[in-house]
Amino acid sequence: MRYLVSVIDDKVNPGSTDRQPAISAFNERLIADGHWVFAGGLADTDAATVVDNRGEQVVFSDGPFVESKEYLAGLWVWEASDLDVALRLATEASEVCDRKIEVRPFR
Amino acid sequence: MSDVDEAVTRAHREGWARVVAALTRRFGDLDIAEESAAEAFATAVERWRADGVPPNPGAWLTTTANRKAIDRIRRENKRDDKHEEARLVHDDDPPEPPGAIDDDRLRLIFTCCHPALAPQTRVALTLRMVGGLTVPEIARAFLVAETAMGQRITRAKTKIKAARIPYRVPSAEDLPARVTGVLTVLFLVFNEGYLATGPDTDPVRHDLTAEAIRLTRLIRALLPEDGEVAGLLALMLLTEARRPARVSADGELVALHEQDRGAWDPALIAEGHRLVRERLAAAAAGVAPGRYQVLAAINAVHTSARDARDTDWSQVLALYDRLVRLDPSPVVALNRAIAVAELDGPEVALAAVERLGDELARYHAYHATRADLLRRLGRSEQSRAAYDTAIELAGNTAETAYLTRRRDQLGWSPPGAATETRPSPPVEGR
Repeated sequence: MRYLVSVIDDKVNPGSTDRQPAISAFNERLIADGHWVFAGGLADTDAATVVDNRGEQVVFSDGPFVESKEYLAGLWVWEASDLDVALRLATEASEVCDRKIEVRPFR
Repeated sequence: MSDVDEAVTRAHREGWARVVAALTRRFGDLDIAEESAAEAFATAVERWRADGVPPNPGAWLTTTANRKAIDRIRRENKRDDKHEEARLVHDDDPPEPPGAIDDDRLRLIFTCCHPALAPQTRVALTLRMVGGLTVPEIARAFLVAETAMGQRITRAKTKIKAARIPYRVPSAEDLPARVTGVLTVLFLVFNEGYLATGPDTDPVRHDLTAEAIRLTRLIRALLPEDGEVAGLLALMLLTEARRPARVSADGELVALHEQDRGAWDPALIAEGHRLVRERLAAAAAGVAPGRYQVLAAINAVHTSARDARDTDWSQVLALYDRLVRLDPSPVVALNRAIAVAELDGPEVALAAVERLGDELARYHAYHATRADLLRRLGRSEQSRAAYDTAIELAGNTAETAYLTRRRDQLGWSPPGAATETRPSPPVEGR
C-alpha cells in the first residue's frame, strides 16, 4: 500500500530550518526498513507556475494554484502495510521535520 | 411481543457484533459484513416465524449471514483479483501468542474507534457496527438528519477501505492509547444517553446508556486486566443505578441530595462497588488509578451514603484532588469546587468557581453552580442572572425545568430547604 506523505509548512509560523541532518538520518531508516519509495523537498510556492490548457489557448499563471498560509513544502511516497504503520512513521516524521504531515493513500 | 420477536431481539442484542465481526474477518469488507448481517436478521424474522426458533440462534445467524455474504460477492462479482487488491479492511493475521486477546469483536471496535476517524464518526460507526443500532436510530440519538448520518457512516467505511485502516487489535505499544480512545467513545455514548440534548428528546435516553454499558461490559470481558475499563464500567453502573430517582414524575431533574435513595438500583450499585473495590486493591498494590477509576470511586462514595447528609465529603474532595492531577481541566475544577462548598462553605467555593469563568463561559453547569452558590450566600439578584444564563445554555429538558424552578424560588425559602442545594454539573450532584 502506498501513501503520499505531505510535509506542510506555515508561512506565518514556519518550522525550524536546521532539520536536514535529522531528515537524512530518517530517510536512511525508511530505506533500510523498506518504506522509502520517493522523497523531495520543494522550492518556495513563488516559484510555481500554473498551466491551464483546457480552453482554446494555454494560459500560464505565475504562482501556486491556491494562495494559502499553509503550503506543501515537501513530500514522500511510502510503502506501508497499513495506515497504522504509516501513521507511526508520520508521527516520527512530524517531529523530525518540525512540521505538520498529511498522510493520504494512493488509490 | 411474540416469542419469535423476542428471540430475534435477544439474538440481535447478543449476536449482532459477533456476526459482523466474524464476517469482516472472513471477507475483509465492512460493507459486506454489515449488509449481510442485516439481511440475516431480516431473514430470521420471517423464517423463525414459519419454522420456529432454531436451537442455536447465534450459529443459525452466522451461517445465514455467511451465505448472504457469499451470494452478495458472487452477485457483485467481487471475488476477482481486483477485489483482493481493494480489500476494505485487511486482516494481516499476526500469529497471536497463546492467551492473547483473540476476539473479532475487539478488532471491530478498534477499527471503528480508529484515531484517523473524526470523534463523532467513531461514535456513529461503533453504534452501527458493534452496537447494531440502525442509521435512523443513531441519527435520532445525535439529532442529525438521517441522510447526513448515513453519509457520515458511508464516508467512514470508504476511508477505512481507501486508507487501509487495519482490522486488528493494536500492537502492545499502541494499545494503551487506543483503549483510551475506545473508552472515550463509550463514555460519549453513555453521556449522551444520560443527559440527552434537545428539546424533543427524552431527558434520559435509556437506550444509549444501556448500549454503552453493554459495550463496556464487552470490552471488560475482552480486556479483564485493564483498570480503566473496569473504572469506566463502574462509573457507568453507579450512574445508571440512580436513573430511577434522577428525573421526577413531572420531568424535572432531581439533584443528588434530593433523590429518593430507596429507588436506586441496588444490584447495579453492588456491582459498581465490587469493581471499585477491585481497583482499590490494585491501587493498594501500587497500580496508579486513571481518570475513570477515580470518577468511579467518587460515585462509590456518593452511593455508599444511605442519606445525603452522611456523604463523606472529605473523601470526595480527596478524590477530586487526585483527579485534578490526572485531568487538570476546568470542568474537573468546577466539580471539585462543589465538594469544597460542602466542606468550607459557599464563599470559598464561589471564589474557586469564578476563577473558571473565562474558560467555562459557554458551559451551563458553570452558571448553574455559580447561581446556586450565590443563592446560598443570599445574593439573589446575581443568582437570578446566573440562573438565566444557565437556562439559556442548558440543552436538557429536565435540567431546564429544574433550573427554572430554582430561579423562580429565589427569595422564597421553604422551611429547612435553605442551605444544602447543589446544582447539577456532569458528575457531581446528580
